[in-house]
Formats: sequence, structure tokens, C-alpha cells
Amino acid sequence: MNTHHFPQQLEDEAIYIIREVAAQFERPALLFSGGKDSITLVHLARKAFFPAKVPFALLHIDTGHNFPETIEFRDWLVKEFNLKLEVRYVQDSIDQKKATEESGKYSSRNTLQTITLLDAIEELKLDACIGGARRDEEKARAKERIFSVRDDFGQWDSKRQRPELFDMLNGKINLGENVRVFPISNWTELDVWNYIRRENLALPGVYFAHEREVFERDGMIWPYSPFIFKTDDELVFKKTVRFRTVGDMTCTAAVDSAAVDLEDIIGEIRAATISERGARIDDKRSEAAMEKRKQQGYF
Amino acid sequence: MDILKITTAGSVDDGKSTLIGRLLYETKSVTQDKLDAIDTVSKRKGLDFVDLSLLTDGLVAEREQGITIDVAHIYFATLKRKYIIADTPGHFEYTRNMVTGASNSHVSLILIDARNGVVDQTYRHFYIASLLRIKHVIVCVNKMDLVAFSEERFEEVKAQFMAYAEQVRFEGQEIEFIPISSLMGENITTPSVGMPWYTGEPLLGLLENINLQKDKKELAFRLPVQMVIRPMGELLHDYRAYAGKVASGSIKAGTKVKVLPSGLESKVQTLERFGETLSEAAQGDSVNLLLTDDIDISRGDMLASAENAPTATKQLSASICWLDYTSLRPGQMFLLQHGINRVKAKVLSVKNKVDVATLAKTEEVDELKLNEIATIELKLAKEIFADTYNQNKNNGAFILVNEQSNNTSGVGFINEIF
Repeated sequence: MNTHHFPQQLEDEAIYIIREVAAQFERPALLFSGGKDSITLVHLARKAFFPAKVPFALLHIDTGHNFPETIEFRDWLVKEFNLKLEVRYVQDSIDQKKATEESGKYSSRNTLQTITLLDAIEELKLDACIGGARRDEEKARAKERIFSVRDDFGQWDSKRQRPELFDMLNGKINLGENVRVFPISNWTELDVWNYIRRENLALPGVYFAHEREVFERDGMIWPYSPFIFKTDDELVFKKTVRFRTVGDMTCTAAVDSAAVDLEDIIGEIRAATISERGARIDDKRSEAAMEKRKQQGYF
Repeated sequence: MDILKITTAGSVDDGKSTLIGRLLYETKSVTQDKLDAIDTVSKRKGLDFVDLSLLTDGLVAEREQGITIDVAHIYFATLKRKYIIADTPGHFEYTRNMVTGASNSHVSLILIDARNGVVDQTYRHFYIASLLRIKHVIVCVNKMDLVAFSEERFEEVKAQFMAYAEQVRFEGQEIEFIPISSLMGENITTPSVGMPWYTGEPLLGLLENINLQKDKKELAFRLPVQMVIRPMGELLHDYRAYAGKVASGSIKAGTKVKVLPSGLESKVQTLERFGETLSEAAQGDSVNLLLTDDIDISRGDMLASAENAPTATKQLSASICWLDYTSLRPGQMFLLQHGINRVKAKVLSVKNKVDVATLAKTEEVDELKLNEIATIELKLAKEIFADTYNQNKNNGAFILVNEQSNNTSGVGFINEIF
């Protein structure tokens, strides 16, 4: 089947972009979430500079509400490939009273990440942050540039974006500004999975079918964890599930799945009738949820 | 599997978003949750059909004003290939986005409302497609249902378009016409029921049949050096590779190359990607290239075919499209970025501003505003290694960066190298 093929052009373009980041910026970092897109980015960065080392650190904004498998995987990856890791904690921002914990049944630390991220950018004096966002994920992201300039407050202004012509990337900024860089902008979810299979990349176990304690809410399967507010009439039960996208435990819904390997997953995605972000609780808040978060400095 | 990149253009109400929505819908590229979401919105707006244009109109401001205001990228795939659509706005003030979308595209889809025929915007779209030398142009005459599927009307629009196009098109540019109704799905992925007089392929068929391999010209090898890779570890002490994406042509190990600006020649020792040795590297490949000789090479230098290297130049003339709210004036200084190479540039002259609708030219220009097109002559502080845009698209274009605002202010297509 042709749809199994990964267009090589996508890898070549991503490597070109990552090399431009290293050449045009003084203090870049790779935003690492532990999800498949950022794992793909790490692999692309290794390829871009091989046999030399990746010349920048991974930055993980830790909400404290992670899947334990993701953290284990992160630490393994860093050690295995001799990478540098910086972690900044949302809990610290809360303790410093910069961020306030959300309350209520749907509370999540997902939006609080922005505060910690902007502080980390300032503290580490980062001028470029590489992220794994893809334009096919969501409507507001469809309009994002590859080099996306943010002002001192990390804000994205869709009307002031720089035009990007051919493959020429203009990363010139003033002091205090920074650029978000999206090397896999043009990849779709299926492209990422096909690439992971072609390159035989390791992934955290939560991506594959496993038995887990879950409960149902609003027609979605929520992972049960101590971080989540659950009403008494929401019953916890065990179910074989997997995660199609992996973020904070409080904002990622599971899917009913028996997919145990990459082959199964790709088959499942090709037959899927629900989009990837359909399992993101954070996007369901309003029709313009992502655009609003991006204006405030979200990834 | 290859990727076909398409740019779409149309005026505000030509039904472009509906056409794209229709393509996504009929190629089953839209998941059920997204369809449910736009169904809900359509009903809320009091429509008695599912408004497919909602699939692409992303930003809040757009939904409020009911227009598309920026380049949106849309993806779908068939069994044959992956498609990327750069959906660009049609109205005047955002022409710069149209140029942006067109710069990376193989195909330009131009939409015309069958009732209105060719309008000023249509000229602009086609002019840009020709300026950027987009080989495949497909003119969709839309809303045919509103002109009773009239073949006569279709032919009228076609003649109107060609009267202009003949003056602007370049040799080898292919222009096709197709009558469609994106609202009703006529001639999008399946042959039209209402227009049996049209015997050509539906739109998707036209796209599927475009042969990108055939379009590839055999161009001379050009590799702009992005960075020098030197691990300097114990095992790789002497490793020194030049990393970059091949801009044009191809290269094999053992081939002679010329290094610019030094003019020194050397041979390709090895081509690598992630430790794997490649027998050949061709246009678009991101590779590590190792030479047999130790030569001083750094970022911004170029490795080129020894037999056919570009001329190093410090003065050039180009067509320019202005993209910035701050106007261009003769005498200004900019940073010129050619590929990855940056040099200071001074504007010697701006001439022959084009009115794209009438093709009339204003010879003396003291101010070039946003979205205007003219000819520019530039003097550079350092040499660049360019070809003309006609000869080599990937090595013949540049951007001008305003050093105060850092904005990408203009894009140039090199006509002459002095």
C-alpha cells in the first residue's frame, strides 16, 4: 500500500530547518513533552548533526501530572543518546504564586504550562524553541509559520506573521524576542507514525494497548489518576486502552484499542473516524481554544 | 510517495474554502468528529446544508468576518500521493500571502465565479503564478449551477481569461480549464452529471495526473553550506563534513566540485546521511558531504558543479514583489538573504512598476508599496552565488530583510547578474 510510504522529502526539510536553528540562533532548545512528536524531533535533531552531538538541550515543562511511563522514557532517551535535559516545574510556578491551580471537575495544569515555559525562556535566555506542532492538528495551527516570532510576552499575532518564501527562513529578532520553530509542520499524524515505523523509534508504553484504570465522562475514556477530580458517580473500571496523543494526564483521553505494535496503530489510524485532537480534552473547551492559548504564548 | 503542493487563489466569494472543503470531504480526509462539529455550526447559522468551507476557515477573526485572512495549510492524501494545499486569501491587501503560498507550489488553482467572470484579482493571481513560474495552472470556473451549467458561459470566461494570459504566460506553462460547482460537488472528484458537455477529467483526476518527475529539469549541482560538522571527538578527530540541502542538480562520490567564493576545486569523497553512505545526493536531499581536500569552507559558501558553477556577483537586477507595510525606496539598505546566505544590499534603482490588470508600466518609481511589483537593481556588499530565476528557481530567488524591524520585506526573482 502506498499510504504506508513515508515521503522522504519531509525528513530532508525537517533536518534543513533544525540545522538552520543551530546556525541562526545562539541559545535554542527543543521543547520535549515525551509525546511521539517530540520523540520524532529528537531523532531528527540527532540525524541533523550526526556524527556530532545535538548542540542544544531538551526542555521539559513538567506539569507534575505526567504518565510515569513518559518520565521513565524521557530519562532513558537522554541517557541513551547522551543528550542534555533541562526540566522546569509547573509546581514551582504555583508555589511562587505566579500560577493558580484551576479548580473544578475539568481542572488541568495544561494551560499553566505557558507561565512556566515563558519563565524558563527568560531564565535560560532562549532565543529559539523547537516544537513538535503540526499544521494538520488543528485549525489555528494550520496558519502557523515554520519560524514563528513571539514578542517579549511570548504572544503570537496571526496578522503580523512574516511571510515564508521558498525555503528561506528569517530568524532575525530583537533582544528579548524569541522564535518558535516547527520542523514537522507539514507532517500529518500518519506521516509521523510511518516515520516512527521506518526509523524503528522506541516509544513510551502508553501509546500501545495496555490495561488501565479508567472512567467515563462526556463519552470519553479518562485515565484515572490521583491528579484528576472525579465525582463519586463516575465509576472506575479496568479496560484495555491506548493513548493516541500523550500530554498531561488530566487532559488526555484514552481510546479503546487492542493495538500492540506500530503496524496495528497505523492500521487503526487509517481506519479512524475521530481526529487526533478529538481525544484532547483541552481543545474541547471552546471552538477557538487553541488560537486563544497560542496568543497567550502556548506551544 | 511524492508530495504535490498546490496554491489556491480566488476572490472573497469565489467559493474557494468550499472547494477545498469539498476535496477533503470527497477524499474522505475529514474525520467524523470534525464533520459533526461543522454540522452543528451550520445548523446554528440556520443553513440547511453542511457548510464545508468551515473546515478550512480557521481563525476567530475569519469566522467573524466570514473571510480567509492568512495562508492556511491543508493536507490530504490519495493512494497515489500526498497533497499540501496552501490556501491563500484573495483580496488585495493580503497578496503577499499569495506569493508566499505560490513560492512552494507546483500547481496554481485559480477560482473564477462563473457569474462574474474574470475580475481584477484573477489577473493578479495569474500574474503571480507566471512571475513565480508555476508550470501547472488549473482555472476552476465555479458556481456553474448558478449559470444553468451553461457551456457557452464557460467558453466566454475561458476566452476572457486567455486574452490576458497569452500576454503573461511563459513558455511551457500549462493552463487547463474546468467547470465546477463546489457547493454541489460537480466535477470535483467524480465527473459532473449536470455538464455532460465537459469531457475532461474532474479536478482530482487532473491533479493526480500531474507528473512531477517529468517536470524536473536536469540542473547544475548547487549545495549551499548550512554548517560544518566537526564532532572533534577522539574517534572522529579529523571528521569534517559540509552539511546542507541540495538546492539543485545531483552529485555522486568522486565528482569534482568547485568551492565558492574561493574558486578552489576538490572531489567529493563521501556523501552521508546519519552515518549511512549514499551513492548519490539529489535536489532536496539534506546530506553531509565530505571532500578529499582540506579547504577552508564555512556557512554561506557554496559547493557547485565544477563544469557549471554560478558566477559570483555583487550586482544584480530582479523582479521584486513588496511584502511590507513600510514602502521600498531607492537608496535604502537591506539585508539580502539568498538561500541561507546573507549580505548587505543597497537599492540602486526601482523601475517599471507593473499594473497587473492592464500590464501598464510606470517607469520611474520612488516608492514601492505593499503588494506592488517592479524591477529592482541592487548592489551587494559581498558576493552571492546565484543563477537567474528562469534558469534555476531554487538558486535564483532572494528575500530582503529590513534590519530595523527584522521583517521579511520583499521577495526578488533574479533577472540579470552583472
